[in-house]
Amino acid sequence: MSIFLDKNSRVIVQGITGAEGSYHTDRMVKYGTNLVGGVTPGKGGQTTPRGLPVFDTVKEAVEATGATHTCIFVPPPFAADALYEAYEAGITFAVCITEGVPVHDTLKVVGTTAGMRIIGPNCPGLISPGKALVGIMPGHIFKEGRVGVMSRSGTLTYEVVDLLTREGFGQSTCVGVGGDPIIGTTFVECLREFKNDPQTGALVLCGEIGGSDEEDAAAFIAEHLPEMPVVAFVGGRNAPPGKSLGHAGAIISGNFGTPQSKIAAFQAAGVPVADRPSDIPRLLAERLAVRA
Amino acid sequence: MPPATSAVETPQRAPFTKSDRDSKGLSARVRTCRPAMNLMEYQGKELFKRAGIAVPCGEHALNPDAVARFIEKNPGEWVVKAQVLMGGRGKAGKIKMASDAVQGRRVAEEILATPMPPNRQNPQGELIKSLLVEERLDIAKEAYCAVAIDRAARKPVFIVSRYGGMDIEEVSEHHPESIAKFPVDTAIGYSPFIGRELAFAAQLDPGFRKQFPAIAGALYELFFRYGAKLVEINPLALTTDGRVIASDAKVELDDDALFKNPEFAQWHAVLPLDEDETLAARAGVGIRNFRQFPGDVGTMANGAGLAMATMDAVSNAGGLIANFLDVGGGANAQRVRNCYELVVNNTGATVFFINIFGGITRGDEVARGVVEAMRETRSRKIPLVIRLTGTNEEEGRRILADAGMTPVETMDEGASEAVRLAAEMRG
Repeated sequence: MSIFLDKNSRVIVQGITGAEGSYHTDRMVKYGTNLVGGVTPGKGGQTTPRGLPVFDTVKEAVEATGATHTCIFVPPPFAADALYEAYEAGITFAVCITEGVPVHDTLKVVGTTAGMRIIGPNCPGLISPGKALVGIMPGHIFKEGRVGVMSRSGTLTYEVVDLLTREGFGQSTCVGVGGDPIIGTTFVECLREFKNDPQTGALVLCGEIGGSDEEDAAAFIAEHLPEMPVVAFVGGRNAPPGKSLGHAGAIISGNFGTPQSKIAAFQAAGVPVADRPSDIPRLLAERLAVRA
Repeated sequence: MPPATSAVETPQRAPFTKSDRDSKGLSARVRTCRPAMNLMEYQGKELFKRAGIAVPCGEHALNPDAVARFIEKNPGEWVVKAQVLMGGRGKAGKIKMASDAVQGRRVAEEILATPMPPNRQNPQGELIKSLLVEERLDIAKEAYCAVAIDRAARKPVFIVSRYGGMDIEEVSEHHPESIAKFPVDTAIGYSPFIGRELAFAAQLDPGFRKQFPAIAGALYELFFRYGAKLVEINPLALTTDGRVIASDAKVELDDDALFKNPEFAQWHAVLPLDEDETLAARAGVGIRNFRQFPGDVGTMANGAGLAMATMDAVSNAGGLIANFLDVGGGANAQRVRNCYELVVNNTGATVFFINIFGGITRGDEVARGVVEAMRETRSRKIPLVIRLTGTNEEEGRRILADAGMTPVETMDEGASEAVRLAAEMRG
């Protein structure tokens, strides 16, 4: 098992002939992802250099390939449209890599596409090591195993995963949930899935300052995953209070959003918070030892 | 009746360019916060008027002459307000009354004479470039109304309070019971019952009640129409003659949605960039990708998350950070070089720690950029600690080795080494 994605997931790429789309399609195929084709309007009927079929619409692609997953590499003005097209075509899992999607577009899409899981936007995608990769993560640093990883940042995830892999902790699924204020899938929604995944035996959560996803995740862990060994990291602890925390934004989240609030929430939930990424493997080993 | 606010005039500023925001394209992954474009009061009020929200009569003025001319033509009681993005204008003496043209000219000169004084959020203060002359309202009651984005609920949310004219943070601290919220279902949008419910829940003065649902609706339409991140009326004034007027306007637009409203580009041009934002834009990274601090260890990493973790690592090792810098995803040698020069020539760094974990970013490009930058004679020479791993790591290390540099293996090791060198430099 794993969450969201396995070697049987049938994946298409929207924007498959673009520079980013074609480059990462190649890397996903090399990793072993069951990538069945892609979509570029006006280029239907062509094939990619690796022989993948290109379709004009998502609907045609789904009908011809039975795809359930999509990876979106279209420019920001077209991201919402691409997500709606995927939704209408019956796609159930969409990864939106695009950075710079207007926040109102994301608001509308997530409010109207119940039944389709969206990861992102502005995210590196996800990987179930040894099975499949959907997104732009460097596959070679991951290793199949039992640790579920979720993160708001891309390169920090790589840093953490690299450390885990070097210390012998393989991963079940690693999800980069994305750095935008509004995202399709939060930490809590990842935790719900990890909770039911028999492969996942421990969790690493890499949060950062801003928003209240970490606090919500801590509350969920305390209530639903008291037995699960979990280690957290909160990036930006030395960042000064950002301007974006001012005014109404801060009201909505109350005192949430500060590193102190996040660390306190994790500690209250019995989740150790690593001072630095390199402490994560040791803390994880300690948590696993306590449980054993 | 005085004339309505005149069309927006544009003082000379650098035009809006692609490089003012992220020029990283699709390949960039993360940043600490989304870029937002805060409008000046007079710009926000222009949008309010378009939406049908009543604002005080008045005119945007670029100098004391214009203020005097306007009052000369329109005798009455006026308020002259500095147009800046910072808060705290009243306390800083940047809002003054004027009853005639002579007085109008004098207070305008006084306001323009000095910049807005610095505060914690704006340590550099802010230059005052223009003024707003407005009718003086006879205010009976002040309330607060805003629409913002609720991250957790993933919906637009109304925030209303019967306390207006002060910071909403202050209100939430002292009168939390006075704040009413309503998350709006985007599929349904605004309906007047929302305004009625909010007016009762926030216990607005009965004088507001009749007009409030229409004002809330107009504010929501404005928020939605322009893809704003925040629209705020503080205070929403009830005048002694029963009018409900937006006495101030705060609008925060989403930079990412600017393409939908190209007319805002000219407004963008008059908005000030602070020193860090200007330097970041010049280096070709997003304006939020660079921030200076008082320390002596310069940092640079790829990705905001890793850049923050790098700062944390330096702090953990006992060092003081000189800056935050996210070089962005997929940086080429030129961008790396620009960023190198940005840190070395503009911050207080005496040591520079570069921390790269290549995913999309290629190690060879980074190494090439660093080596080129170090050869550049214009730059200050400071010790460099570099960590380079991930995509094209071997090639990158070879380029560094040819230039006589040996990278460190881990982020922690790099941070410790940088902190040690900084201590040495201090003597």
